[in-house]
Amino acid sequence: MTLSNTIPITDELVASHGLKPDEYQRILDLIGREPSFTELGIFSAMWNEHCSYKSSKKWLKTLPTSGPRVLQGPGENAGVVDIGDGQAVVFKMESHNHPSYIEPYQGAATGVGGILRDVFTMGARPVAAMNALRFGAPDHPKTQHLVAGVVAGVGGYGNSFGVPTVGGEVEFDPSYNGNCLVNAFAAGLADADKIFLSQAKGVGLPVVYLGAKTGRDGVGGATMASAEFDDDIEEKRPTVQVGDPFTEKCLLEACLELMKTGAVIAIQDMGAAGLTCSAVEMGAKGDLGIELDLDAVPVREERMSAYEMMLSESQERMLMVLRPEKEEEAEAIFRKWGLDFAIVGKTTDDLRFRVLHQGEEVANLPIKELGDEAPEYDRPWVESPKAALPDFSALPAIDPADALLKLIGSANLSSRRWVWEQYDTLIQGNSLQRPGGDAGVVRVEGHETKALAFSSDVTPRYVEADPFEGGKQAVAECWRNLCATGALPLAATDNLNFGNPERPEIMGQLVGAIKGIGEACRALDFPIVSGNVSLYNETNGKAIMPTPTIGGVGLIDDWTKMARIGFAAEGDAILLVCKSNMWGTHLAQSAYMRDLHERRDGPPPPVDLAHERRAGEFVRDAIQDGRITACHDLSDGGLAVAIAEMAMASGIGAAISLPMPTEPAPVLFGEDQGRYLMTVPRADKELLREIIDEGAARGLVVAWIGETGGTELKLPGTRAISVEELKARHESWFPDFMD
Amino acid sequence: MKSAVILLPGLNRDRDMIAALTKIGGKAPVTVWQTDTDIPDVDLIVIPGGFSYGDYLRCGAIAARMPVMRAVAEKAAKGVTVMGVCNGFQILLEAGLLPGALMRNASLKFVCREVKLEVANAGTRFTSRYEKGQVIRCPIAHHDGNYFADEATLARIEGEGQVAFRYAEGTNPNGSLNDIAGIVNTEGNVLGMMPHPENLIEEAHGGTDGRALFEAALGRAA
Repeated sequence: MTLSNTIPITDELVASHGLKPDEYQRILDLIGREPSFTELGIFSAMWNEHCSYKSSKKWLKTLPTSGPRVLQGPGENAGVVDIGDGQAVVFKMESHNHPSYIEPYQGAATGVGGILRDVFTMGARPVAAMNALRFGAPDHPKTQHLVAGVVAGVGGYGNSFGVPTVGGEVEFDPSYNGNCLVNAFAAGLADADKIFLSQAKGVGLPVVYLGAKTGRDGVGGATMASAEFDDDIEEKRPTVQVGDPFTEKCLLEACLELMKTGAVIAIQDMGAAGLTCSAVEMGAKGDLGIELDLDAVPVREERMSAYEMMLSESQERMLMVLRPEKEEEAEAIFRKWGLDFAIVGKTTDDLRFRVLHQGEEVANLPIKELGDEAPEYDRPWVESPKAALPDFSALPAIDPADALLKLIGSANLSSRRWVWEQYDTLIQGNSLQRPGGDAGVVRVEGHETKALAFSSDVTPRYVEADPFEGGKQAVAECWRNLCATGALPLAATDNLNFGNPERPEIMGQLVGAIKGIGEACRALDFPIVSGNVSLYNETNGKAIMPTPTIGGVGLIDDWTKMARIGFAAEGDAILLVCKSNMWGTHLAQSAYMRDLHERRDGPPPPVDLAHERRAGEFVRDAIQDGRITACHDLSDGGLAVAIAEMAMASGIGAAISLPMPTEPAPVLFGEDQGRYLMTVPRADKELLREIIDEGAARGLVVAWIGETGGTELKLPGTRAISVEELKARHESWFPDFMD
Repeated sequence: MKSAVILLPGLNRDRDMIAALTKIGGKAPVTVWQTDTDIPDVDLIVIPGGFSYGDYLRCGAIAARMPVMRAVAEKAAKGVTVMGVCNGFQILLEAGLLPGALMRNASLKFVCREVKLEVANAGTRFTSRYEKGQVIRCPIAHHDGNYFADEATLARIEGEGQVAFRYAEGTNPNGSLNDIAGIVNTEGNVLGMMPHPENLIEEAHGGTDGRALFEAALGRAA
């Protein structure tokens, strides 16, 4: 055996590959010799946090991942859920945080490209995308540049590829100053019996490389993404990949065409750690070895070393195991779309991962230990301290109308139109609800009445204050947003963004949040079917707020009955669905306290999951029975902001009358959980009575709090505000900030 | 009522267009691939929107030089009805079938929203089912829709009634000269427009304002 070993393996080299001394010792024990340079690169690619989930695996295993509709849970490129009629929805969310901070346009673009590839690798045509974006404080010198680049990158890739962006989030907080978050979600539709997996089957079969050529871009990207940032991040720019949505669109069409021929046995896209990760995963999952001949790999640069080829993260590439008799047919399809097609190796029966380059064997490693038997850690963690309820009795008084105007015109609660108008929200002609509502809704093509709803949610300040309750709340809010359109929530994907897990307090946040997510998912029958973990989100030792983004998918049987947030007509009664007559009580961790009183203390509002379920089912039934005219859930900014959003979405005003305590803020701006607003024609007294009684019978309070009409919003105890003024405030923050 | 949709790598509103033609015309259009040099006998040829060849070089520039576009030009010369939407409009301009150019939006950003269109000329075979001066709703989604032509060309197309649609009620989203959203050629059988009427043809789209355009184009053909 002649292993290329021209570069000596030193301690520094090992460390620069992100491998700890004990991990390197494990490599030595495993292979019984010093690794070659290429092998060291392969280990670093496979054993980094991004690819191996070594810090999180122990806890991820505790999440509920199955259910009667789940066809494929975590572990494949994306989760797959049955939606009836022989069809399935395939979806996942994934982060591209570090690359987007270093190079916002390409980082975000390739994040979108990567998640779309995950979806069509499984045989699904992408039908919807969302993006959860988090940036530093608006006045931080980098924020504007990052927002502009990330939004343009998301749009640049998704618009050109041709998938509608139907939802997402944009949030600003100083904790993201040195580390923005870009979490990209994609969903596709496939026939339930034609899902393609990555598990290789059969010995001696051709391993085929498809798509774009391999270049030097992105070498070591996954390792970079598994380390915290310091002041030298500019030097990391070459680790960011460059996207080509045109090639991806061709790759989509070619893959779907190829899949129809029956040629594909296994397929894996080349994402993080490119050729290395895709080949190892296909082999390890199929209990097979893989032999690669790098001389056959299509390259776009000269004299690339084996190390560079194995670690390149060039985009728009796929690896497949094909039926040999279909090779010619497969090649013709790829040539038609102008893509590369090359046989670069074969499956073997020796469970080794062997890489040949220019006649030399440059790597020969045990494939299982690289892949599904990679190291796993039980990192020490400490439970996050719980905060006591603060005393807000001496808060300076703020007029509720002033407070509302300030909130809806603030960085975090203002309209995101500036962002989503840069995304194609209409392409494919199936978008029933575009961004700006509770959830994006897309009609299922080929079906008369069915539609899918999508929502992405998390409230990082809640998670920071109490990881367990915050984890619960992220799931509950996503579930609630789906219910508010009338959708039956089916399943979710989680994108867990945290700091350095080697610090016990950060690990404690991760553990707490996962426990909370698990509890909520179990209580709401909302399994996690795919996901991604992004750790080391910190700069110079300062971590981001813990941000476990939940992306949920729901099914609407009849979209003609779906609910929207805008008031539908004048003269509708406004009903508040909540837990008890204490309509709003919880101000701690609210947007109101943060933005108007600069207070970030206290616990987040607790989530009562049994109530959450009852309320969601009640609302969903009312929508599906066609009994209500509009619906909106309550979240950031509480009751007042929710009513204002319903008014702004329609242009119709409202008058609210509530028995007000001396201090109205908790009622108007408290963020108590598990609440919805619905409207019902006031004239239909019988229906109104029925709904209120039925709510009571289900253990809910359905309170009649006001009526729609006119052109003003009138909250109790303060002046009326015209809907026009609300809209002007709501729409102006983002353009004022960016243009 | 036979129609054809031109398919080029990177186009992505082809499925939307095929759906619209099928739903309104009652029959699926034939599809013609980039390298085809023959277009079957049809009454309406549509080049849909998207990012053909990744918009590399210049929007529509590579597409305009593909074999299939020579075939489209021949059909157009024979009087066959040809319509290009969004990238299709850009391709028709690059192919010299329509006058002028589309530059980057004045905002320099991609923009997707609904605008208002005024039917500037209801006498074309595409607009005959609208009234002159009628204002319709229509979605747009583009990065390079800023219509430009030199003074003489602009005077000519205005003078000869070649402007089919104008952005109305202050909704010009891209800085187009004279609010131009769509134009026809001198003969009146080739239309190019930036907005997407194919995305507003049924209740699920929230409106049907785009339908009449297809009804006219297909009806004239029938």
